[in-house]
Amino acid sequence: MVVNCEHVWREISNYLEGEVDPGLRVAMEEHLKGCKHCTAVLDGTRNVVRLYGDERLLEVPVGFSQRLQQRLAQQTVPSRFRGIRPIWMMAIAAAALVVGGLALGSATIFRQPELRSQLAQSPHGIPSNLIVYVSDDSRVFHAPGCKYLHKKDDEPPKQMNASEAMREGYVPCVRCLRQYLTAGAGCPRPPGSINRWAAKREDLFPPSGF
Amino acid sequence: MGSLPQKLNIQVKTPDPSEIRERDLLRRVQDGETQLFYELVKPYERRIYTTAFAILRNEAEAEDAAQEAVLKAFTHIGQFRAEARFSTWLTQIAVNEALMRRRKAHTEIMEPIGEREEDDGSYTPRDFADWREIPSEVLEKKEIRQKLASAVATLAEKYRQVFVLRDIQHLSIEETAEALGISRASVKTRLLRARLMLRDLLAPGLGGAWFKRLPFEKGTKPW
Repeated sequence: MVVNCEHVWREISNYLEGEVDPGLRVAMEEHLKGCKHCTAVLDGTRNVVRLYGDERLLEVPVGFSQRLQQRLAQQTVPSRFRGIRPIWMMAIAAAALVVGGLALGSATIFRQPELRSQLAQSPHGIPSNLIVYVSDDSRVFHAPGCKYLHKKDDEPPKQMNASEAMREGYVPCVRCLRQYLTAGAGCPRPPGSINRWAAKREDLFPPSGF
Repeated sequence: MGSLPQKLNIQVKTPDPSEIRERDLLRRVQDGETQLFYELVKPYERRIYTTAFAILRNEAEAEDAAQEAVLKAFTHIGQFRAEARFSTWLTQIAVNEALMRRRKAHTEIMEPIGEREEDDGSYTPRDFADWREIPSEVLEKKEIRQKLASAVATLAEKYRQVFVLRDIQHLSIEETAEALGISRASVKTRLLRARLMLRDLLAPGLGGAWFKRLPFEKGTKPW
């Protein structure tokens, strides 16, 4: 097989790709040996393929990857969740609320003594040796002279100290022993304030006593 | 007595680890793990960008088109079927996106080299200067890289597309044909034309003119 220059030029790309049949390859190589122009075309084309095949030639702009990731991130997060914290963070917050609530509830429950009256408030700081009075048909103990102490003609009120009364499940009178109740313990009043107030209310604390 | 059946000579192609990883990622993304999509696209980032650049010839436009192509791929990932290569599918989307943008912009004011020439494969080289082998170290020079990139930009689109996909991104002839939606024969014809045209364009410069002012060029060429 004999080939001319035009034939070589037409097949030069296939020759470089290794896609010419063996017969044509031999014929082209024979031609190239004696043709300076065709050799120059082949060398030049080979240079083009080699230089353009180098990764350094075309570079992506600086920051291209980051910008692409940002756009993808905007696309992959559903719009209704944008700007909202991840689900795992919300789950942790919910768990913290539950645990906190339980802890708070537990603290309150465990501090509560077993009282005779469910409506009674917890006593706080009552002197254990304080003399108090109780009546059998009542669940409340009173300071001496309290007008709300139930008095029966046939059964005088029992006298005991405060700690004994509390052991038996009696609760302080919300009127005469108000300063010792939980509601007041959280916001302490100036000493003697109750006494001053009680002194003005002679209807509640008659000076005569028992 | 019948002869024994011949042993079947079946060669099973073992997929390489990157192919296995890609298939696994694809399956997971299609099953809803959309946050993995970037991992799937990452190896082809450069290809997507340079494909868009080859068509649009503008960095900002090409980046925008490349991003849009990736987003479109993400939106339609459920429609991708494993019969095609993921990389080819992605390249096709990038080509279509860039072509659509170019049509909208009507940016092609000047007719590039080779636009009017027929696609019959005949091309007569104009320059017969002897290049010898040019070392790839010349690409360290930004000036040279720019000149090579500019030369590609002057090619007509149909040649530029084929040349970029085949010779710059190293797609096979088949993959290039598939990505561009043209025949294998057309790819080969256009590739030949693109290579010869580039050779003619670059011959004067690479033949010596571009290196006269370079530090290593003191009287003799380094090759």
